[in-house]
Amino acid sequence: MTDTHDMRREMPLGLAQRGYTGVIQHLAAKEAGSALSDIELESRLIELGFVEGARVEVLHEGLVGRDPIAVRVDNITIAVRRREAMAIIVA
Amino acid sequence: MELPLLHLALVGTPNSGKTSLFNALTGSRQKVANYPGVTVERKEGFFVTPLGRQVSIVDLPGTYSLRGRSPDEEITRDFVLGKASGEIVPDLVLCVADSTNLRLTIRLLLELKRTGRPLVLVLNMFDIANRRGISVDVDRLAKELGVPVVTSIAVRKGGTADLLKLTDEISAKLAAEPQPNNWRALSVSELRATQREADRIISDCVSLPARPDTLTARIDAIVLHPVGGLIVLALILFVMFQAVFAWAQPLMELLQSGFDALGEFVHATLPAGLLQSFLQNGVISGVGSVIVFLPQIIIIFLFILLLEDFGYMARAAFLMDRIMGGAGLHGRAFIPLLSSFACAIPGIMATRVIDNKRDRLTTILIAPLMTCSARIPVYTLIISAFIPATDVLGFINLQGLVMFGLYAAGITSALAVSFLIKFFMLRDYAPAPFMLELPDYKVPRLKSIAIGIFTRAKMFLQRAGTTIFSMMVLIWFLASFPQPPAGSTEPAIDFSLAAIIGKAIEPLLAPVGFNWQIAVALIPGMAAREVAVAALGTVYAIEGGKEAAEQIGQVLATKWSLATALSMLAWYIFAPQCASTLAVIRRETGSWGWMAATFTYMLVLAYAASLLTYNAAVALGAG
Ligand SMILES: Nc1nc2c(ncn2[C@@H]2O[C@H](COP(=O)(O)OP(=O)(O)OP(=O)(O)O)[C@@H](O)[C@H]2O)c(=O)[nH]1
Ligand SMILES: [Mg+2]
Repeated sequence: MTDTHDMRREMPLGLAQRGYTGVIQHLAAKEAGSALSDIELESRLIELGFVEGARVEVLHEGLVGRDPIAVRVDNITIAVRRREAMAIIVA
Repeated sequence: MELPLLHLALVGTPNSGKTSLFNALTGSRQKVANYPGVTVERKEGFFVTPLGRQVSIVDLPGTYSLRGRSPDEEITRDFVLGKASGEIVPDLVLCVADSTNLRLTIRLLLELKRTGRPLVLVLNMFDIANRRGISVDVDRLAKELGVPVVTSIAVRKGGTADLLKLTDEISAKLAAEPQPNNWRALSVSELRATQREADRIISDCVSLPARPDTLTARIDAIVLHPVGGLIVLALILFVMFQAVFAWAQPLMELLQSGFDALGEFVHATLPAGLLQSFLQNGVISGVGSVIVFLPQIIIIFLFILLLEDFGYMARAAFLMDRIMGGAGLHGRAFIPLLSSFACAIPGIMATRVIDNKRDRLTTILIAPLMTCSARIPVYTLIISAFIPATDVLGFINLQGLVMFGLYAAGITSALAVSFLIKFFMLRDYAPAPFMLELPDYKVPRLKSIAIGIFTRAKMFLQRAGTTIFSMMVLIWFLASFPQPPAGSTEPAIDFSLAAIIGKAIEPLLAPVGFNWQIAVALIPGMAAREVAVAALGTVYAIEGGKEAAEQIGQVLATKWSLATALSMLAWYIFAPQCASTLAVIRRETGSWGWMAATFTYMLVLAYAASLLTYNAAVALGAG
């Protein structure tokens, strides 16, 4: 981990506001409380490109509960619900 | 020596252009659109390479991995692994990538390598990559991956030339010895390691965009705005339903007067008798009354195709996810439900992209409540006969407004049914995650829109020529025979089988205000909804006798009360009047039980809604 990232507090992407940019630190599927099993959720997130080191930016939010969010992951845009995004720890 | 057929398979992440490639290579017209999850079936096609090798190519649903999480992804997995019994494993797998977005495809390719199948990486959409300033070191990529790499532009003429050439080269030296298949589902750590490996290869071989897609970002700023986006969505739907009514009118009138003239011509040239009656009342008044609605069908398809090609559908799903969640529906259900406005059958098929079984079942059960294009003739006929074409607030056409109201009623009842299903049957249900790639916008391609509309129009006319025509022959026969005894003074149709059948059912339908003519029309209307319009056309034309040149709408306006008309509209919001939809529900749920359940619940709702509407209307003096 580089110095600049140590300076920023780690937080789940599920709590990020619109406009947030950061880098994925690790995945914590257990904490997310998703309907999927930990393994399944983690696999799906990786399959969509949410791996350690990927840059993310929260581009858009929905109306109800600011959910779901549209996240830029490197150069694609993925819509996820905040519940599942809780498994993505960013800084 | 004749070489054996070469078997190719198209595999790749969703929306990477597999079907576009398939169409380009084989000259087919499979559905292409700009959102993930368009293809949900396996489709085989054939072509011949420049060197004359016969090739069979299979288009498959897009997938991010071979794990097969949803019914469509299972199709891809089973085909690639040769699991489907009696299947041939592909000789060569074409792994198709969107060149602007290689990360996920290269990870998929690394996973595919374990299957032991010979592979080619096809860097598709290379035109877009070039425009954005993405440069790919193709030779190095091929060396690092250990598979041949070729670029392609599926939607441009000659854009597949390199791929064809490579296919010839590879097929000449394909090893006879099949490689062992070492594939098994990747564990999380293997998956992660594979993605890391893919990212490393990409950083070595690809230099990333100097110019990101700012257009998509600018459009999304409006279209995905939490409030503004919903307003835009509502506006789009409103304009769509208004247009179906308002824009089509002149063309429909033209078609109508054409059929009228044809009817009069037949009436004038043929001697009075059975042949004249058959052509004029059965064919022209019956089938013709359905064909008149072609312009409306084209307009609704035009809207849906434009939205699909532009890339809006995935956005709409994003906007609606939580709102539909309140009614127990998954965000991914939005696209199947919106396509059900065209026809419930592709809509129900499209639910294959929903991985959660319950979400998928709920969506299938309510898809037929979306106002499909076959209801348009019924609605339009009744609306134009009974609702004045005045303007509301100066610019909204009242007839269009009623049409919009009927669509809204369909949507609302679908949400209500879904809510009840969730409430009563699936109480322990935890919401399945919603994860969807939002593709970059693309300018809709004129050619593919034109092909889409042409295909749909052809299907509609074919149906008019087959199902509707044969139903019409039946109705005409029932309404014409037996002929009245000589010297009888009552209308001839009162002696016919149709009248006998209709009057037998009438008591059942009298409480909802339907007369015997409607009762007769509803039976062949089981085959397809529009048939009811044609059947009414024929029955009233025969009943009207000589002066039958009148249009069916004008006849209805004199024969039905407003209450009956409104009751009929209410009936059609719900009625399960489509045999093909029921058959697809059976196939997709694999159960006669769910089919019967759909039929029953829709019939009950139809009857209840009509009963309510009719009695309310009568009470208000519209009887
Ligand atoms: N500019 C450009 N657009 C392309 C190319 N290939 C495909 N497209 C467009 O990309 C979109 C997706 O194409 P499809 O062929 O439906 O993609 P698919 O891989 O079959 O998608 P799924 O069936 O959902 O997995 C469509 O809007 C196509 O018109 C290409 O080479 N260049
Ligand atoms: Mg496809």
